[in-house]
Amino acid sequence: MSLTDKDKAAVKALWTKISKGADAIGADALARMLVVYPQTKTYFSHWPDLKAGSAPVTKHGKKIMAGVAQAVAKIDDLSSGLLDLSELHAFQLRVDPANFKTLGHCLQVVIATMYPNEFTPEANVALDKFLSNLALALSERYR
Amino acid sequence: MVEWTDAERKAITTLWSQIDVGEIGPQALTRLLVVYPWTQRHFGSFGNLSTYAAIVGNAKVANHGKTVMGGLESAVKNLDNIKKTYAKLSVMHSEKLHVDPDNFRTLAECISVVVAAKFGPSVFTPGFQEAWQKFLAVVVSALGRQYH
Repeated sequence: MSLTDKDKAAVKALWTKISKGADAIGADALARMLVVYPQTKTYFSHWPDLKAGSAPVTKHGKKIMAGVAQAVAKIDDLSSGLLDLSELHAFQLRVDPANFKTLGHCLQVVIATMYPNEFTPEANVALDKFLSNLALALSERYR
Repeated sequence: MVEWTDAERKAITTLWSQIDVGEIGPQALTRLLVVYPWTQRHFGSFGNLSTYAAIVGNAKVANHGKTVMGGLESAVKNLDNIKKTYAKLSVMHSEKLHVDPDNFRTLAECISVVVAAKFGPSVFTPGFQEAWQKFLAVVVSALGRQYH
């Protein structure tokens, strides 16, 4: 399910509208993932605080969204554009790739709560495809 | 047996009391058909679903969305017995409708997105989202239970 030109345009248009709130989106999505899918907490046993609004969650949410921004910028070639991030996740972090879909869902829920008028069904399908392709690119170096 | 905390029960009933199935149902089904277009395979009798505008304007889609969303009422009223409550519906979806149960999961995701958009971050908190998604997961499981 590769991205058409229409998908890419829709993703970039949505990103323009939401990028100013990216840090807040990332922090909220991460906080929700830790609550709604508690098995994901296993990756953050080194954090003193996993609650929404805590320093580690806020900081890491920002980092995640920087990665999403990188993906938007490299939307024409996600595999090579995200190679460094893929190697990080594959060899150092070793996050089970199933979690990419989980976080992707939480990102969409947060965008829906914060930007209900912009997150139309058409924007939804483009973003869902984009996040799936992002996840695939992120898994590139796993095996 | 599914264990519900008091907080989870409260979240589910609070959200449900403010959900208009005629509003949320059509939006959720529309979103399913647009975001996951292969689901259209089950709605050959619904007429034109070829464009986004066609889906949004389709009265059968709206009507069916309302029906499906209304189907959650019995789960909300029988939180401690969802599996049994949906046994007949499960058989129907398997034997008569031939719906891949994975579609239930997908529709549940669409419902959550629409509910999130309606309630916003101050009502649809992480805690409420957890309870709501757990509720839908139990419904999804019950609907797939009688497949063989």
